Amino acid sequence: MPADGPQPVERHLPTEEARDLLGLTRDIAAREIRPRTAEEEDAGRFPREVFTTIGAAGLLGLPYPAEYGGGEQPYEVYLQVLEELAAIRLTVGLGVSVHTLACHALAEFGTKEQRAEHLDAMLGGELLGAYCLSEPSAGSDAASLRTRATRDGDHWVIEGTKAWITHGGVADFYTVLARTGADGPRGITAFLVPGDAEGLSAAAPERKMGLKGSPTAQVHFDGVRVPDTRRVGEEGQGFSIALSALDSGRLGIAACATGVAQGALDEALRFLAERRQFGRPLVDFQGLRFMLADMATAIEAGRALYLAAARLRDAGQPFGKQAAMAKLLCTDTAMKVTTDAVQLMGGYGYTADFPAERYMREAKVLQIVEGTNQIQRMVIARHIAGPESRD
Amino acid sequence: MSLRIVVCVKYVPDATGDRHFAEDLTTDRDAVDGLLSELDEYAVEQALQIADAADDAEITVLTVGPEDAKDALRKALSMGADKGVHVEDDDLHGTDVVGTSLVLAKAVEHVGYDLVLCGMASTDGTMGVLPAILAERLGVPQVTLLSEVAVADGTVTGRRDGDAASEQLQAQLPAVVSVTDQSGEARYPSFKGIMAAKKKPVESLDLSDLGIDADEVGLGGAWTKVEDAAKRPERTAGTIVKDEGEGGKQLAEFLVSQKFI
Ligand SMILES: Cc1cc2nc3c(=O)[nH]c(=O)nc-3n(C[C@H](O)[C@H](O)[C@@H](O)COP(=O)(O)OP(=O)(O)OC[C@H]3O[C@@H](n4cnc5c(N)ncnc54)[C@H](O)[C@@H]3O)c2cc1C
Ligand SMILES: Cc1cc2nc3c(=O)[nH]c(=O)nc-3n(C[C@H](O)[C@H](O)[C@H](O)COP(=O)(O)OP(=O)(O)OC[C@H]3O[C@@H](n4cnc5c(N)ncnc54)[C@H](O)[C@@H]3O)c2cc1C
Repeated sequence: MPADGPQPVERHLPTEEARDLLGLTRDIAAREIRPRTAEEEDAGRFPREVFTTIGAAGLLGLPYPAEYGGGEQPYEVYLQVLEELAAIRLTVGLGVSVHTLACHALAEFGTKEQRAEHLDAMLGGELLGAYCLSEPSAGSDAASLRTRATRDGDHWVIEGTKAWITHGGVADFYTVLARTGADGPRGITAFLVPGDAEGLSAAAPERKMGLKGSPTAQVHFDGVRVPDTRRVGEEGQGFSIALSALDSGRLGIAACATGVAQGALDEALRFLAERRQFGRPLVDFQGLRFMLADMATAIEAGRALYLAAARLRDAGQPFGKQAAMAKLLCTDTAMKVTTDAVQLMGGYGYTADFPAERYMREAKVLQIVEGTNQIQRMVIARHIAGPESRD
Repeated sequence: MSLRIVVCVKYVPDATGDRHFAEDLTTDRDAVDGLLSELDEYAVEQALQIADAADDAEITVLTVGPEDAKDALRKALSMGADKGVHVEDDDLHGTDVVGTSLVLAKAVEHVGYDLVLCGMASTDGTMGVLPAILAERLGVPQVTLLSEVAVADGTVTGRRDGDAASEQLQAQLPAVVSVTDQSGEARYPSFKGIMAAKKKPVESLDLSDLGIDADEVGLGGAWTKVEDAAKRPERTAGTIVKDEGEGGKQLAEFLVSQKFI
């Protein structure tokens, strides 16, 4: 069917329940999120109320078991919800992805008692989470992290500084990776730290190029005491917990990137239909139409790849390689598509009066977070060519 | 004893769609998607809040409308109502507000009620009189157009904001209440609510179940008849008046020609 302007993304969803969920997501995105995006991103305002609304609607626990208050949705469905949210506002889409990542450790590796005690509130939407892996001097080389947790009777005392923490200062709980043993990946343990813990404080948020509504801040742990019942998984298991969460988190970033690219393409389409030059609407010029076709094709390819990886995950098969590929392809696509969207809109695209430049600034960060795209290539190469030789 | 709340909800054509009349000059309900009238979402929201505040309450959502009107019930059920009642009958086609109120009255009595909640007006018919007629038919007090409502000890109280004054109103239950779009934003259904709604009971009734004769309703039973309807003229590009000394005069002439002055 010929389309006049942007159409909703055609999605193949596995159940009627999933179609209803996407309908609910679009409804909330259009009515509660879209109207405030431009102004709040400009002002760097974090929309806590939006997270309350989507939490009450059940969007903060989608891929987790119903038994613990989750929505019991496969990744194939959850990721498409993320994509729709990110297309309207990345701060929300990425926020949901990070929150979901922060729940992962406890949901997958927590004891029965820990899950019963905490998960309902974490997945039920009242609480917002943060995920603390990176540090000022431990970025891509996360295993070199130095934040230390020292045992003191049946408590742990956490000391150190985490960096780049999404929701730093606004989160209700922090999933923290800290060193409890020797150097290297085997000396790291995961903890669930409440946001109001004594000694926990956040620095002023970083002044970022984009994604300004989402606070990214250093978080200081100054003698923060947590009981051993808040240790998640075994001592020394922390890094493998973190990495397993990251495989899923990367799919979240891939879905967000696809949303950002789709949002930019839709804006460009709208603009080209309206704007006339040389006596014709811009959308009539073949040179521009070919760009649109390439953009749409790249987005669809990225979507297909992240969904293929998600289906592997849902089937319980290994998906780390495909997740890295999806993160790489979708975020590089988002960078290219959003750059082209600005180009298609000419001088208007370069101004803050249109959302194209915001999408472009948002796309950039997605090539950096949850493993830079260089790191994704390292991961993919290791999967297909084996580890680098040590000599 | 449990507080029995019945919320009357209407399934209306999406106002953002391209709406038309059918050949018999009734609303063409097949041409555009339908949905739960937005103004009735406020009534559902107030019912949920009243039920939350009560020790024990049961909310029934009731609609009179075609097959697809079940969607309106599902939406209300996914917001948190307990059960649905759908009155559907081919003979209902073209029923006016008088007939609709008869059907609703019989259905409300069939369900059993302490409080009937309505929206302030439907978004398609927009007559805004149904709650009053319904109360009359039921023989119970009507407290209409409330922007604040509460129930306690068998009494409903509320505030009606008029142009000149705000009134505090009170009535004994059972009663019919309508609420305005100022009564408080309706909640979104939750994903769990949507799933739970699929399992909630919806009772289907036809005219004979309610003991209503076909000639009391439908186009035949309607007190009014639509003789003719014309499409509102398309918006034109407008007339541009270039001021070359005569601008003011031309403007005045235009306004006179359009009968504005
Ligand atoms: C001239 C004329 C032509 C009409 N043509 C048609 C037609 O072609 N097709 C047709 O279907 N109807 C037709 N009707 C009927 C009309 O659209 C409504 O169904 C009428 O019965 C109620 O009027 P309203 O929607 O303006 O109610 P309002 O008084 O504006 O509604 C107030 C409240 O009453 C409740 N309510 C109203 N209707 C219902 C309902 N059906 N079920 C449950 N709750 C309800 C809601 O709570 C609503 O918020 C016609 C009416 C007239 C007068
Ligand atoms: C907005 C934002 C939100 C974030 N949110 C979180 C969060 O919630 N939680 C969290 O823990 N972290 C978060 N991060 C941190 C993010 O994951 C890191 O920024 C990322 O892992 C890169 O680390 P770095 O910034 O220290 O860069 P570095 O590791 O210093 O990298 C600098 C450059 O060197 C390249 N590089 C590094 N090592 C290699 C190598 N071996 N081979 C080739 N190239 C290499 C990188 O690709 C990059 O181009 C966030 C970051 C940002 C910007």
